[in-house]
Amino acid sequence: MTYISNLDRRSFLIGSASAVGGLSVGFNIPFGDGAAATETMPEVNAWVVVRPDETVIIRIARSEMGQGTLTGLAQLVAEELDCDWSKVTYEFPTPGENLARKRVWGEYLTAGSRGIRTSVELVSKGGAAARMMLVQAAADRWKVPASECVAANSVITHKASNRHTTYGKVAKAAAKVEPPKEIKLKDPKDWKIVGKSLKRLDTPDKTQGKTVYGIDIRLPGMLYAAIKACPVVGGKVKSFDAAKITSRKGVKKVVQVEGYAVAVVADSWWRAKTALDTLPIVWDEGDNAKVSSASIAAWLKEGLDVDQALVGNKGGDVKAALASSAKKVEAVYAYPYQNHAPMEVMNATARYTADKCEVWCSTQNGEAALATTSEASGLPVPKCEVYKTFLGGGFGRRSTSHDYVRQAVLIAKEVPGTPVKLLWSREEDMTQGWYHPVTQCKIVAGFDANNNLTGIHYRISGQSILATVAPARMQEGRDPATFSGFYAGGAEAAFGYSIPNILVDHSMRNPHIRPAFWRGVNINHNAIYIECFMDELAKEVGVDALEFRRKLMEKHPKHLAVLNAVAEKAGWGKPAPAGIHRGLAQAMAFGSYVAACAEVSVDGKKVKIHRIVAATDPGHAVNPAQIDRQVAGSFVYGLTGLFLGGCTVKDGRIEQENFDTYEMMRIKEMPKVETILMPSGGFWGGVGEPTICVAAPAVLNAIAAATGTRYRTFPLRDHGLTLV
Amino acid sequence: MARLTINGKSHNVDVEPDTPLLWAIRDTIGMTGTKYGCGIAQCGACTVHIDGAATRSCSVQVSDAVGKKITTIEGLAHNGVLHKVQKAWIDNDVPQCGYCQSGMIMAVAAFLKQNPNPTDADIDREITNICRCGTYQQVRTAIHAVAKA
Repeated sequence: MTYISNLDRRSFLIGSASAVGGLSVGFNIPFGDGAAATETMPEVNAWVVVRPDETVIIRIARSEMGQGTLTGLAQLVAEELDCDWSKVTYEFPTPGENLARKRVWGEYLTAGSRGIRTSVELVSKGGAAARMMLVQAAADRWKVPASECVAANSVITHKASNRHTTYGKVAKAAAKVEPPKEIKLKDPKDWKIVGKSLKRLDTPDKTQGKTVYGIDIRLPGMLYAAIKACPVVGGKVKSFDAAKITSRKGVKKVVQVEGYAVAVVADSWWRAKTALDTLPIVWDEGDNAKVSSASIAAWLKEGLDVDQALVGNKGGDVKAALASSAKKVEAVYAYPYQNHAPMEVMNATARYTADKCEVWCSTQNGEAALATTSEASGLPVPKCEVYKTFLGGGFGRRSTSHDYVRQAVLIAKEVPGTPVKLLWSREEDMTQGWYHPVTQCKIVAGFDANNNLTGIHYRISGQSILATVAPARMQEGRDPATFSGFYAGGAEAAFGYSIPNILVDHSMRNPHIRPAFWRGVNINHNAIYIECFMDELAKEVGVDALEFRRKLMEKHPKHLAVLNAVAEKAGWGKPAPAGIHRGLAQAMAFGSYVAACAEVSVDGKKVKIHRIVAATDPGHAVNPAQIDRQVAGSFVYGLTGLFLGGCTVKDGRIEQENFDTYEMMRIKEMPKVETILMPSGGFWGGVGEPTICVAAPAVLNAIAAATGTRYRTFPLRDHGLTLV
Repeated sequence: MARLTINGKSHNVDVEPDTPLLWAIRDTIGMTGTKYGCGIAQCGACTVHIDGAATRSCSVQVSDAVGKKITTIEGLAHNGVLHKVQKAWIDNDVPQCGYCQSGMIMAVAAFLKQNPNPTDADIDREITNICRCGTYQQVRTAIHAVAKA
């Protein structure tokens, strides 16, 4: 047992001392409410612990990175548990514990706006089972059938005898009740906790500096590491002169990490970092050093016209339709690299011994972090553990790659028994990222003599995320995710227009700059290609952008409903205030239907976004207030990339190193965001990402309306446009 | 060895005099509420008060902070009572990931002391901290809520 005393009330136990009833191994949750560290109450089931003081601890497997999943999942459990929400707190079970318990908490991956929508049944059943066991325990005590007892707000009542008890009083007995085999979940119309704008469970700590992120881990005797990888990905360390820095104060060790990086271990991070800054390192940068943004763009451009391509959506005969069209319209768009730049840079703390390796880190996928820990340490998974903290942002960076965990473990192996916190500098974070992929898209559309749209060919050329990050998910050499938003149907990201002849295909070209899932992922650029070009087509035939879409959307009622909703609220078709111009966009993304109407004014090269009306149909809404915040935040992320972002490549390396050259939207640029939440029921869509996909096209369409200029390459700062 | 006064307590820190105050606070003293974001005074995640003024602690050397009154997020509450900005942040559920919010709250607390009833234009000019989650709409609402209270 190790007691860590400097984490305020979050002092936590590591080891087996907190083993609780019903569990064979030490079950402890180092983060969360913290009080759980000394938990002695048996769990009712894997999801729920109720203390004698009526506190309800709900266990949350998915990661909390700002998106509010922690609170939303707790609401789902509490709903079926019928507990007193004011008594709810939380803890994060470790991925090692999950494996030891046959993955009782299911999947840990928190990405793709799936945190809630793919957990609903599992966590709801967990809450319902716990309620049934608590009720059974009360019924057993009263010697009455459980069917005669009802539970509400943590109180169990037997009406016939007018007896009451509470969850806290029967929790110990409930832990011994046989778990129910059949569980019936509530009808959504009976929800009392789900669907309410309840306050987040993690807010008070976050306003007082108490929340523990990966970067905040402190362990007894801990050392610190700074790292520098070859600035050209794929390059190697040729040599470095460790003797130049080993005598510096506090420096303990200079370590080469695999073939590509050098780390300095010291007694403080600042000493490690400043020593590393002065360490002479000679790199073998390899052939990738010849690559530039221009060379990548030229390579992608070739892909726009090659004959062979991977097909994502095909209907009718687009070649024939275009060949026989009365009028053709053509455009080429492109979307650049983007860094995730979460506010918390990559970091992990590792402690390695010959028979145990532990890691503390921010991760979007605790189980992947655990697998990485095992691989890097060379120890089998049961001898490894990962303690998840809160995340200072994820946005896909902490699900795409656990390179930072691997590095931390490899460095910790050099100082066995001593915990080491590896922290990347912002510069390392910006230049060693996994970036939103680069693509170009050539679009050719045909109209007949009556201005009816007869066919569109979308040719995407560029990078595949899965080819690099998850090759096992490729389908016969094709990356299905490349076509997100273009799918012919399905529940995830279906194309919302009926076009008689359509072809969407992909010429895959993978530069060495590594691609990643970046909030919104492929639909960020695909929605620009679809929705901006849709406006171009409407303009070509002189039809209002909304009317033009409506005609093609008759068979896509849910897509159309959100589009109509934003048009109506924004006042589409009615005169806008003087100088203000509107733009529309819609998409289906991550299982939800979304649309936006942006209002902008343009003064010379200065763009002001005044207002964005955004609609989301996620099927069901767990916490409307949090959905509102996700929608508003998604516009900040998407529009930052559109106006200010864009990572460029020179001599094989990313040029932007910090927020002075990779700028961020700040409060002064924030438009007023008005959210329309219109859950239509019957399905579960995501929330964290969908609206980011309509942010850029809606604003671009408004800028085109304001200026008559259609921008097709980004960021907009390359065109001299500034956001004011 | 430098002597720093943080949240009313004196700390002796064994660091080089040019060490950024941020790292003395976080790693040497062990108060982790103040965050590292960029190291070049761009993002404001490391904002603390030095003699009452909001200051980006990544760009202040320890030697320049000696003898000054430093307040971090951990010291913003007074006698166990949360600062009005912290309360407004809770009432409006401002944070998402929360990582930038220590700095944001410190920046806003100092700003509102100077300008208790700010306009939107005042907020736009003075609050320049970066939030990647994009909580700006809630930040603005909460600032106005403090001013109205």
